[in-house]
Amino acid sequence: MTRLLAIAWKELVQLRRDRMTFGMMVGLPIMQLMLFGYAINTDVRHMPTLVYDQDHSLEARDFVARLSITGFYDIVGHVHDYDEIERALRQGRARVAIVIPSEFGKSIRAGRGVQAQLVVDGSDPQTVASATNTAMSLGAARSGELSSLRLAQNGLVGPAQPLSVEPTTWYNPELKTAIFVVPGLVGVILTMTMIMFTSMAIVRERERGTLEQLIVSPIGRVELVVGKILPYIVIGYVQMSLILGVGRLVFHVPLQGSLPLLYLLASVFIAACLALGMFFSTLAKTQQQAMQMSFFFLLPNILLSGFVFPFEGMPVPAQMLSQALPLTHFLRIVRGITLKGATFSDVRIELVWLAAILFVLVALSSMRFSKKLG
Amino acid sequence: MTSEATPQPIAAEGPVIECEHLSRKFGSLWAVRDVSLRVERGQIFGVLGPNGAGKSTTIRMLCGILDPTSGRGTVVGHDIAKDSEGIKQNIGYMTQRFSLYEDLTVEENLRFYASVYGMSGRARKQRIEAVLEEAGLRDRRKQLAGTLSGGWKQRVALASSTIHRPPLLFLDEPTAGVDPVSRRDFWDQIHRISDQGTTVLVTTHYMDEAERCHRLAFIFRGELLATGTPLEVIERRNLSVLELELEDNRTLEAAKLLRTTEGVEEVNHFGLVMRVALRNSQDPEGTVRRALEPNGFAIKRLQQTRVSVEDAFVSMVREDDAMRAQKHLETAA
Repeated sequence: MTRLLAIAWKELVQLRRDRMTFGMMVGLPIMQLMLFGYAINTDVRHMPTLVYDQDHSLEARDFVARLSITGFYDIVGHVHDYDEIERALRQGRARVAIVIPSEFGKSIRAGRGVQAQLVVDGSDPQTVASATNTAMSLGAARSGELSSLRLAQNGLVGPAQPLSVEPTTWYNPELKTAIFVVPGLVGVILTMTMIMFTSMAIVRERERGTLEQLIVSPIGRVELVVGKILPYIVIGYVQMSLILGVGRLVFHVPLQGSLPLLYLLASVFIAACLALGMFFSTLAKTQQQAMQMSFFFLLPNILLSGFVFPFEGMPVPAQMLSQALPLTHFLRIVRGITLKGATFSDVRIELVWLAAILFVLVALSSMRFSKKLG
Repeated sequence: MTSEATPQPIAAEGPVIECEHLSRKFGSLWAVRDVSLRVERGQIFGVLGPNGAGKSTTIRMLCGILDPTSGRGTVVGHDIAKDSEGIKQNIGYMTQRFSLYEDLTVEENLRFYASVYGMSGRARKQRIEAVLEEAGLRDRRKQLAGTLSGGWKQRVALASSTIHRPPLLFLDEPTAGVDPVSRRDFWDQIHRISDQGTTVLVTTHYMDEAERCHRLAFIFRGELLATGTPLEVIERRNLSVLELELEDNRTLEAAKLLRTTEGVEEVNHFGLVMRVALRNSQDPEGTVRRALEPNGFAIKRLQQTRVSVEDAFVSMVREDDAMRAQKHLETAA
């Protein structure tokens, strides 16, 4: 125990002297939180929009005005042919164009069907969905209104609406991206820092020649590894508290479930990250290699874990890979507990996954780390 | 763990290090081949050889951190292959790289290594104070190890590796790259540690340091060339070394001539003085005079001088080279 604490104490003293690293441990979560919280927004509003009005009727202006007040379309100009639309879309001055055909007002007044056209820049699929959905539902709603109006003019009263679906969104009713992103960020930041710092921990000693000194000492393998990761567990919890705290203050991220449960389950996740870092540490020859490995590993984590793209949308092989990542399971836990108020039994299966991954990693890294040279 | 205030009593009888036919292969290369050593308690045992001779590999096997390919050995009574943890408790180890944490202070380094060897509380504190005092490090206790000069780093490294008062201390090229004054200080410290009852095994490629050891072993190309006290090693080679000064400055020609003379092994220049080594020579002075004077060289001064360990070592290496060349020719033919 003396030895284990000696290692942990030494790591902490070294960490305190290393201003840069120490600053990163605290600064990084805050910076990422602000970046992800403010910058990433998957519901696209205020798309620059052109209007090509061939009709110039009252009905046409009314329809454009209705689109504009949804907040999704910012009318940035009026054009007079398709060439102008194409140029604007290509140059990125506009993302969307609304084309109102001639006879638009006349057809409506006559009760005939008419179509307005929506031209959308499909190079970014996120825009397409937002742009078309809003316009289509607006069109449908307006059609309904016009039909009822016509029926009323003829003295008839139709059903208010024959069939409609009323969506009810639970857990994040306003669909705020920050609320979805911030809890996930806890997992991403922990993956990043825990793996990076532990992967460098053993390699650093090897590079500086101090590992050999430890290997000839009576210090045990477990004492060395546990002593080294102990301070980082504490740092992991500090980071987690920081993100959740700031997330709550700045982005009003709720906490529906039990905080102690979240902290308890986080320990398994943190342990898995640290074990992975230790495993990288046994593979890498230099700190640089360790750093590269961590980054190489981080990317699929962000892409496949469900942090940005939904798990359900991935092809089966990607889903299988995703299941092997500790972050995937921790994201479900942290989102479950903070947003949905999940209890232990709700996230039990994720815990089983995490524990299994942890077990495999610990087995792998103790097999790799030997107290012999050569 | 209890803190050790005195060297632990180890198997009271017998040598501290004993190994037989120790060999280690890396890939297809034999780094160490058939090395047998015996180091008695309290000795300062020097292992000499050029860089890459296999000194470090030998030490690592003796510490139990590198398994020998073949051969056996016991260190402080523990088998090197089977009981390396038993060895680790009883040894100190210091390498040329001074394995200090540069971002820890002198005192923190000592404290860390003391804890690693299981010391704690008051015993640790007292021991650290004692070591700081002994090594003259008191004024520098709060200084970061990374900001110390080479000589001071070396002191701290030595203090760290002896903080637990090990009965056996391994020093692997401890003076490589350290200035001459610091090297002398360091050897004084090694003798002080030895006087306290610690056995020391030290490797070096500085031949002047070899003469400060009680016993020596020469390692060359992974093989043991000789062992014994410095005097024994020197006498066994049966060398005579002469200092020669000429009236004129045709030293290069004279050296050329001497090198082809029967019995002369080595001619070296030290400014205007030449050092001539002869092996198995009944009349070294006569040999030199007979070689030079008939050829018109006027000798100003010619006198016998002390044979050094370096002379003996160079002589052995030359012989080994010659034998290998011979063997190579035979196999080629």
